[in-house]
Amino acid sequence: MLYINCPHCGMRSQNEFSYGGDASVKRPKLNKEVSDQEWDNFVYNRKSLRGKHLELWQHISGCRQWIKVERDTATHEIFRTFKADEEVA
Amino acid sequence: MTQAFRIENEGLINRDKKLSFKFNGKTYFGYEGDTLASALLANGVHLVGRSFKYHRPRGFFGAGVDEPYAVVQLYRNGETEPNIKATEQELFEGLEAKSVNCWPSVNFDIGAINNFLKIFLPAGFYYKTFMWPKSFWYRIYEPFIRKAAGLGVASTKHDKERYEHKYEYCDLLIAGSGPSGLAGAYAAAKNGAKVILAEDKPRFGGSLLTSDVNIGNQSGKDWAEGIIAELKTMPNVVVKNRSQIFGYYDHNMLVMSEKVSDHLPSTKKYHPNKRLWYIRAKEVLISSGSIERPIVFGNNDTPGVMLSSAAKEYLKVYGVLVGRKPLVFTNNDSGYETAIEFKKHGVDPVVLDSRKNPESEIIDEAKNLGINIKNSYVVVAAQGYKKVKSADIASISEDKKQLGKIENIKCDCICVSGFWTPTIHLASQSGNKTKFKEEIDAFVPGQSKQNEITLGAANGVFSLEETLKTSFTAGSKLSKNITENNNEIAIPNVVEKKSSQHDKFWCVPLPKGKNYKRFLDFQNDVAVSDVEIALREGYRSIEHVKRYTTLGMATDQGKTSNLNGLQLVSEIENKIVPAVGHTTFRPPYTPISIGAIVGREVGKNSKPTRKSPMHSWHEKNNAIFVDAGVWLRPRYYKRGNENLFEGSKREAKNVRTNVGVCDVTTLGKIDIKGPDAAELLNRVYTNAWLKLPVGKARYGVMLREDGIVMDDGTTTRISENHYHMTTTTAQAANVLSHLEYYLQIVWPELNVNVVSTTEQWAGAAIAGPKSRDLLQKLFPNSDVSNEGLPFMGYMEGDLFGVKARIFRISFSGELAYEVNVESDYGNFMWEKIMEVGKEFNIQPYGTEALSTLRIEMGHVAGSELDGRTIPYDNALEGLVSKKKDFIGKRSLQRSAFTAEDRQRVVGVVPLDKKTSIPEGSHLVKDDKAALPNPKLGHISASCWSVEYDNPFSLAILKDGKNMIGQKLFAMSPLKNKVIPVEIVSSHYVDPKGERVRS
Ligand SMILES: [Zn+2]
Repeated sequence: MLYINCPHCGMRSQNEFSYGGDASVKRPKLNKEVSDQEWDNFVYNRKSLRGKHLELWQHISGCRQWIKVERDTATHEIFRTFKADEEVA
Repeated sequence: MTQAFRIENEGLINRDKKLSFKFNGKTYFGYEGDTLASALLANGVHLVGRSFKYHRPRGFFGAGVDEPYAVVQLYRNGETEPNIKATEQELFEGLEAKSVNCWPSVNFDIGAINNFLKIFLPAGFYYKTFMWPKSFWYRIYEPFIRKAAGLGVASTKHDKERYEHKYEYCDLLIAGSGPSGLAGAYAAAKNGAKVILAEDKPRFGGSLLTSDVNIGNQSGKDWAEGIIAELKTMPNVVVKNRSQIFGYYDHNMLVMSEKVSDHLPSTKKYHPNKRLWYIRAKEVLISSGSIERPIVFGNNDTPGVMLSSAAKEYLKVYGVLVGRKPLVFTNNDSGYETAIEFKKHGVDPVVLDSRKNPESEIIDEAKNLGINIKNSYVVVAAQGYKKVKSADIASISEDKKQLGKIENIKCDCICVSGFWTPTIHLASQSGNKTKFKEEIDAFVPGQSKQNEITLGAANGVFSLEETLKTSFTAGSKLSKNITENNNEIAIPNVVEKKSSQHDKFWCVPLPKGKNYKRFLDFQNDVAVSDVEIALREGYRSIEHVKRYTTLGMATDQGKTSNLNGLQLVSEIENKIVPAVGHTTFRPPYTPISIGAIVGREVGKNSKPTRKSPMHSWHEKNNAIFVDAGVWLRPRYYKRGNENLFEGSKREAKNVRTNVGVCDVTTLGKIDIKGPDAAELLNRVYTNAWLKLPVGKARYGVMLREDGIVMDDGTTTRISENHYHMTTTTAQAANVLSHLEYYLQIVWPELNVNVVSTTEQWAGAAIAGPKSRDLLQKLFPNSDVSNEGLPFMGYMEGDLFGVKARIFRISFSGELAYEVNVESDYGNFMWEKIMEVGKEFNIQPYGTEALSTLRIEMGHVAGSELDGRTIPYDNALEGLVSKKKDFIGKRSLQRSAFTAEDRQRVVGVVPLDKKTSIPEGSHLVKDDKAALPNPKLGHISASCWSVEYDNPFSLAILKDGKNMIGQKLFAMSPLKNKVIPVEIVSSHYVDPKGERVRS
């Protein structure tokens, strides 16, 4: 079970969180013309990365904040966590 | 009956407490502190089971967790449990156990005919033999395999025992209480670290309980006792015996199973049977020791052949002789230690050592005691069927290829030692890439992966002095980093006998003309010949060899067999062992009972039960409840002998003619506040929200980004920047997360707050032509006329002194209202509605009537909004704005979603107007068509229309728009029904929706 450092609450076990997928996905702006390809990429197409992955988690049984977690998908090592509005350098 | 093999003045058992127990129906006696295995051996019982594949007689091979043979069916306190190792099960008064995998009895087992007829089942036998014909599976193969296989029977009764889960945090977790674990724990505890020390056996001390060593002028055993006693007094230390750490998971989370009650005749009141600990440790010290490995020889599975360390443990811990004429077969000095213990207790062993001329202090001691030692000698084969009677032995050449003349020597047990295999399971589970250590012919942990360190025998270090030194140092260092204390510990003086290099020899060659079975895996009956076949047939990867032969795949997970299997593969393949590599170690290290894993989450505890504030009223009024997600909702209120059909029909009819009231507290409710609240709703829902006036409600549909309907419900504008959203019962949690995601991640610029208020409001839906009359009496000071409170209107009211929210919304298709009060007043509200409603013939109605009312009105719900449908499919395209953008809108342009013959909700009526159509039935054009009959759609919901008094269903049907009037068949192979039907409009009753506006 992962041990995740919620930037709002501190170290908490994985069972307090729910997974939210790739954090690098950007939703196209509202009312913007988007091609089929662009929309498909946003809705469906995800890279299945091996290695460092920036992903979203929600601290669903805690502060209910969505956070960003930088995790290695192969080793499960967590390098850093960020608040939703924090810039990831 | 006397315990013929029990000796005086030795062992750690309590001879003052005699215990009686039964094995295979026969009564025996043992002592407190015995295991079932030691007690049986004390009584001279060596035959405990039959092997898995060949049904060969099985005895005891080990004395603990590594035991491959002695798996029994245990009976305790009216319960039974399979897969219990007799070597681990502690004896208690009245224990009963039976052999498994033998029929009709362990002494005469019919399956063993396989063995005598030489129908040996070689590697891959099952794959090759049971392939075809298919029809043979059920009649011949499966019954045969079922009869032949199986290691016990699981109870089918409800388990009365309780199992607990516990979460714990510590600085240092220590797995194993041998010399390494004790030293590490002591040093860390002295530095003030929070320590958990876990030992799987009942007694602490590990190898110190049986080894002839001296630590700080005490025997190893006394030293261990002193350390444990001191640790137990320290507030920062938890010391747990009977506790197996069986899994090492991510981020230093380890799981431990504590057997709280298995050693007692019955579980004490308020105690669990087992407790599963989830331990998050800052550092982990793995001191799990090592397991002796066997040397492979002919018939090495005969009862009486056992590990030499096990023989020593039975003697030193339990005072039990495993034989009176022991033969010790060894390739290292450990065998001599066992021989010396025999000799000290007046038994004359013979030692066969595969080495030519070994010299060490231990061997010197054996020689001085006058023990008969034969160098360059091996056991070729054990003789005897149900028990070792003699051994064929021979000298062996230095290259270990040639055997000398076979001699037969009488013996009643063969104690075998092929050196030691470090127990690296936990380290390997942590992600540590293990490495092969040439000097000990075994794998040891490599570079630490998580915060773990492996010390002592588990790390391939067999010198006590070095083990203690490194473990004290590690305990100090690891704890110092955490607590910043640095209390020096004096490392005690150690006296131990030096041993010599073991022989790199693990398998005795077959003598000419003999075809003895030489077993590698004792539990799965995998012999040397099986691995040879697998390699001959082209299997190369050790993982494939493992699966083809089942080597190491039994419940003992190959603790005594894996390394010898590797040696064999490396020899045949002419590769070095590290190149072959070992198979993956996976948790659990040893079988863990399902009950412990499940814990308290059984039956009603497997999920929370949520009840509305009106629950006790429903109960008192004969409600029959149904699970709706985690909620309990009244399905109908039973009157007299009514069944569900009759009761729900009566309730629905009363709504259509008078007035009914339904508990709708379970609907999800979300409070939405902020200046951008309308903008959020406008983006989340498919329809327009910016112009909704204060005091008005609106129905809305929300999509996922892929265009699929996520949920529907009404949202009401309470005041300028304040909205009240309702969701379906099932989607409440998901919708809240969905809103939070868009507010926090996608559109953080929106100034809106959302919070769940599901539990803060109790809700009652009042529906029916007389609902307004009732409402007026409930709220005499409010104007609830059609003008004062029009359809989709909202107002606040005073319900006999309680503040209420009144919404004019309808799910039933009738004139209807929903009244909300704070939850604490829920029951008050309900009772007032029932009391005042009496004159209007009010009746409460449950979810079944609720469904009937919505189905015949053609209102879609969860069974249509099933995660596969878009607005069009639900005839909701009128709610999809063409002007504005919203979540999921772009996806609605997908070609499949805009196809001419797109699926759509329709009504379905059976032609005979009598036969109810099972939900899930498929709609087909031709009921006689060849299978697979093309499916045009499916029945999503069925009811008995109270309006027309005949069955009515909703269906999602391909090209539904153009199918009205068509005749199809509804087929349900499950219910074995074929029903001719007609497709009609989904709005079966009041298609113009006049009633809700009346
Ligand atoms: Zn948090």
